[in-house]
Amino acid sequence: MNRLMEKGFRPIDSLNDPDNGHRWSLSQKLLLGLSPRDYFRQVLRNPFNWVLFLIFAIGLPLIVYRYANGLGSVMHGSCDYPWGLFLGFGLFCMVPLSASGFLLGTAVELFGQKKFKPILNLALLNGLLGYFFAVVNLLVDLGCPWRLYYPMFVSWGTAAVLFLVGWHVATYLSVQIMEVSEAFFEWIGWPTAKKFIHAGTIGLTVAGIILSTLHQGALGTLLTYAPAKVHPLWYSQEFLWIFYLCSSVFAGLCMVIAVSTIVEKTMAWRCSRDFLDHLGSITIGLAKGATMALVTYFVIKLIGIAHDNEWSYLTTGWGSWFMLEIFLGVVLPIILFSVAIRKNSVGLVRFTAFLTIVGLIMNRLNTALISFNWNLYPEIPHPYELMITITIFTMFIAVYRFILYRLPILYSWKAAPEKVLVASPVKNRAPVFIEDSAEGAWARPSGRP
Amino acid sequence: MNGISRRGFFKVVAGGSALALAPKKSAFGMAEFDGYPESMGVLVDLTRCIGCRTCEAACNREHGLPEPDLPFNDLSVFDQTFHGGTQKRRTDDGAFTVVNRYDTKTAGGPVYRKIQCNHCKEPACLTSCFVSAYKKTKEGAVIYNPDVCVGCRMCMVACPFGIPAYSYDSALHPEVIKCNFCYDNRLKHGKPPACVEACPQEALTFGHRNTLVKTAHERIRANPEKYVDHVYGETEVGGTSWMYLSGVPFDQLGFNTSLQHHPILDNTKSFLGIVPMVLGIWPAMFMGFHLLATGGKKEEENKKSQHRGEVHEE
Ligand code: SF4
Ligand code: SF4
Ligand code: SF4
Repeated sequence: MNRLMEKGFRPIDSLNDPDNGHRWSLSQKLLLGLSPRDYFRQVLRNPFNWVLFLIFAIGLPLIVYRYANGLGSVMHGSCDYPWGLFLGFGLFCMVPLSASGFLLGTAVELFGQKKFKPILNLALLNGLLGYFFAVVNLLVDLGCPWRLYYPMFVSWGTAAVLFLVGWHVATYLSVQIMEVSEAFFEWIGWPTAKKFIHAGTIGLTVAGIILSTLHQGALGTLLTYAPAKVHPLWYSQEFLWIFYLCSSVFAGLCMVIAVSTIVEKTMAWRCSRDFLDHLGSITIGLAKGATMALVTYFVIKLIGIAHDNEWSYLTTGWGSWFMLEIFLGVVLPIILFSVAIRKNSVGLVRFTAFLTIVGLIMNRLNTALISFNWNLYPEIPHPYELMITITIFTMFIAVYRFILYRLPILYSWKAAPEKVLVASPVKNRAPVFIEDSAEGAWARPSGRP
Repeated sequence: MNGISRRGFFKVVAGGSALALAPKKSAFGMAEFDGYPESMGVLVDLTRCIGCRTCEAACNREHGLPEPDLPFNDLSVFDQTFHGGTQKRRTDDGAFTVVNRYDTKTAGGPVYRKIQCNHCKEPACLTSCFVSAYKKTKEGAVIYNPDVCVGCRMCMVACPFGIPAYSYDSALHPEVIKCNFCYDNRLKHGKPPACVEACPQEALTFGHRNTLVKTAHERIRANPEKYVDHVYGETEVGGTSWMYLSGVPFDQLGFNTSLQHHPILDNTKSFLGIVPMVLGIWPAMFMGFHLLATGGKKEEENKKSQHRGEVHEE
């Protein structure tokens, strides 16, 4: 891409071709305004695509294999460990890492923190895709995935916490689809639909907060069904839900920092100047929020241990593992974030965000898998299970990138005012542009060949 | 017919809103559930069990389960261990019940213990299932309906006794597999389960649960030196329909003796209690924050975003 950019290429970022005023066609939009040949050359040139291809070549057949031969063919099929990585990682980790949508929605739309506006769309998309792929993981993991809708429409187990999780994830997914669809409608060129959704932003955001508070917490509560199985250090009947809720706050924020870092390094060509210029201060701002959540989390974790009087466990092997998790994922991030914020060091914030994500993943795997059945025996996931989990995560990355390349997430869509289109209905004749936007001017390709 | 199904429908709808508004009500729509008075049960007296595996064979025959690798009169299965010697045999997709041998330090030779579903009074499997695949019948059996099961295996995570198994190898009809108290063929008609009937030692006693609790305590009172003074299952996780008497401490026989004495469902209550709070308070609270934070500035905001190039009709 960078090479194309040097040659003066500008990716599509508006409804009409600024050279001749034609509406871009859908296929042109999909190819980013490149010719099919250039597009595929560009795809092949990127080594990352080869890595993706390799992973899919191994993983996709495995997924087919799973559907043909049953779950037992790709998991250990253990009755002691009913859940594996698909849920342990795919649901328990993906959901908190996708809390970004509701967090930034709240900050920007409800609290009017306009500072974070440039990153809002990215946070919303991150949320949507995270949840979507959590559901994809579910589809692999459920014994009868074709009954995924049963808890909604066929048989209700209303007393079950999982019922709440199921309903909330499903409704929240719809809420997020609506939120992100604003960008989609803009891109596809349906301004009326966009405006319609936009009018409901506040309602959607409030719905997002409610649903997120409840299902993030509910995921933790799921494990209170297994009091005798989860190790006491990770178990807390009263507080598990609040641990999960609180940690989803910093997890979501760190995920946005991490993704925006990757975006800045690998697809700066797709970012608007607005986005790139503000990313540094936004990152610091997000880090401040994450630090507050981390400190709160640390305090309630201590309260949790004190409340259940679990100090003696800290001296065991499990205790060391627990303390490592807390140190890497909570204490160290608090220290590093504080230093980074004081020194205004975006680089350090970013490093710390990745570290925090690792800590969060450790925590979720520890509660749901590693410390589960701590008094039985440990179980190492089946290699196929690991491979499929990686494959689904790779799909997540691929779809993520596909959308970021196209929809106005990292840049703003420069739609020509509708008046202009009406004024110039004749084909092959450039419409008169009304220069009403300062940014419209810089983004218009000047040196276009 | 119509009336009934409509009533059934309303019950379901009411349940759905209960989730939203008052989920504290427990699985059976009542705040407290003391078990069905007519509930049957089985008392397993481990001091009488000789490890003949007749019950295993009877259960297998009764339910048409697959032939095991080793015949039921082969007692070498007691020497099998799994996962690095840490685990004994367990119920799986081919066996609703298994008997294990425990070589305890106490005199009197090895002790044998039969395991199967304990048919809890307020079962964790039932209360954790989000499609209500389980049912606690008035006779005390906890039965499972494979037609609505989605296969999330939450019930397996929740069962404190690690009983439900799953047919992981079936691609099209995987299901949870566990002892059903011989509900369809026997219990429903007032007959004892196959395993109980087959036991040559009368180690298994079938009867009303309430009576069995008394029987158990009487046996302990009559022979205090023979029994540990505890009826396992009387109060564990809120009480189970199958209960155990033992001559050696239960923890030496692989029983989990640290189980809570109230139903597993209670553990979720502190969370479910906040659900109506969040639903009731959050919208107004956050709208309030919104007005406080942005009140009056909305117009400005609109103009600004316009300058970013967003389409707005004037
Ligand atoms: S023993 Fe397990 S499977 Fe049986 S009723 Fe109790 S919770 Fe359910
Ligand atoms: S596996 Fe089936 S029966 Fe068990 S909790 Fe899930 S849906 Fe219910
Ligand atoms: S009660 Fe019936 S299903 Fe359960 S172990 Fe005995 S014979 Fe098998």
